[in-house]
Amino acid sequence: MSDAIRAETVTMTGHGGDEVEAYLARPLDGGPRGSVVVIHHMPGYDAATKEMVRRFAVHGYAALCPNLYTREAPGASPDDAAAFVRANGGVPDERVVGDVEGAANYLKALEGANGKVGVIGHCSGGRHTFLAACSLQVDAAVDCYGAFIVEEPPPGIPPSMQPILHLAPQLSCPLLGLFGADDKYPGPEQVALLAAELDKAGKTHEFHSYEGAGHAFFAVDRPAYRPEAAVDGWAKIFDFFGRHLSN
Amino acid sequence: MCTYQTTKIEIEGSAKGPSGWFGVSNALVYVDHAVHAQFTHTVNIDFINPSQGPGARVAVELTEEAARALAAAITEALAAAPAGLASRNQ
Repeated sequence: MSDAIRAETVTMTGHGGDEVEAYLARPLDGGPRGSVVVIHHMPGYDAATKEMVRRFAVHGYAALCPNLYTREAPGASPDDAAAFVRANGGVPDERVVGDVEGAANYLKALEGANGKVGVIGHCSGGRHTFLAACSLQVDAAVDCYGAFIVEEPPPGIPPSMQPILHLAPQLSCPLLGLFGADDKYPGPEQVALLAAELDKAGKTHEFHSYEGAGHAFFAVDRPAYRPEAAVDGWAKIFDFFGRHLSN
Repeated sequence: MCTYQTTKIEIEGSAKGPSGWFGVSNALVYVDHAVHAQFTHTVNIDFINPSQGPGARVAVELTEEAARALAAAITEALAAAPAGLASRNQ
């Protein structure tokens, strides 16, 4: 496998037929290959997320991250866009699902696509990953420390962040969950509740909680970075996608 | 952890951003992840004017100690000035 990739900004069709900016990276070899939709975190469609998109391409996947804030903040810097969307209460779940569906369709139409699509997200993107995997037919999903799947949010949280645990019976694919044992949103008790609900629904899942790690332990440019957990987490992600998105 | 909690208030005044001065209409205050400050969480304050787009924003990320000191300094400065000097009805 060559490690040569092509990465670029593209326009895809998202929820409601809207044109949505998205970041695409794909290997230059011919395929066939699986695809990954990367859902960005609440701080936005930022450099760290785009780096993850390129990382999937280097590992042989076509990957696409839709800019969930395209509509409210076209052309804005990621932090300004995130603040703008935050001020307006976040993005509705229904729209996120539509944008992920559009991204999956875009990837499946690419030359060399094998028709299998995984979804991954961190932080709010982890919650959105679970939401998408319970709302759409996909082949694998990775929830990295997604909060407010299980728990009722405290006052002051945007109305878009309601619990979605009741969707567990609709989960369409195996779920890998990667969590920090020191995290509070989601805390270990919420992770355990999610696992129990998936067990009850007979849904395949693999959860790993890392001691000494909290929220955002994958974030290499932040103090929350925990190299041991992140390195092991990436290995688990590629093993998981390798098993579920291969030809 | 991400708190997602945000306190949003209406304000009057101006702020200076990369494109120069602009009138501000709101402030957001939230304790959550920092974008730039090298702390996992900070007290984040955005002075914004949504009618002028997402770029009309002046942002600060402060430690809890710095935020409390700032709040105290604002109160102290106001107490030291004649009452109403900076009021909208001055």
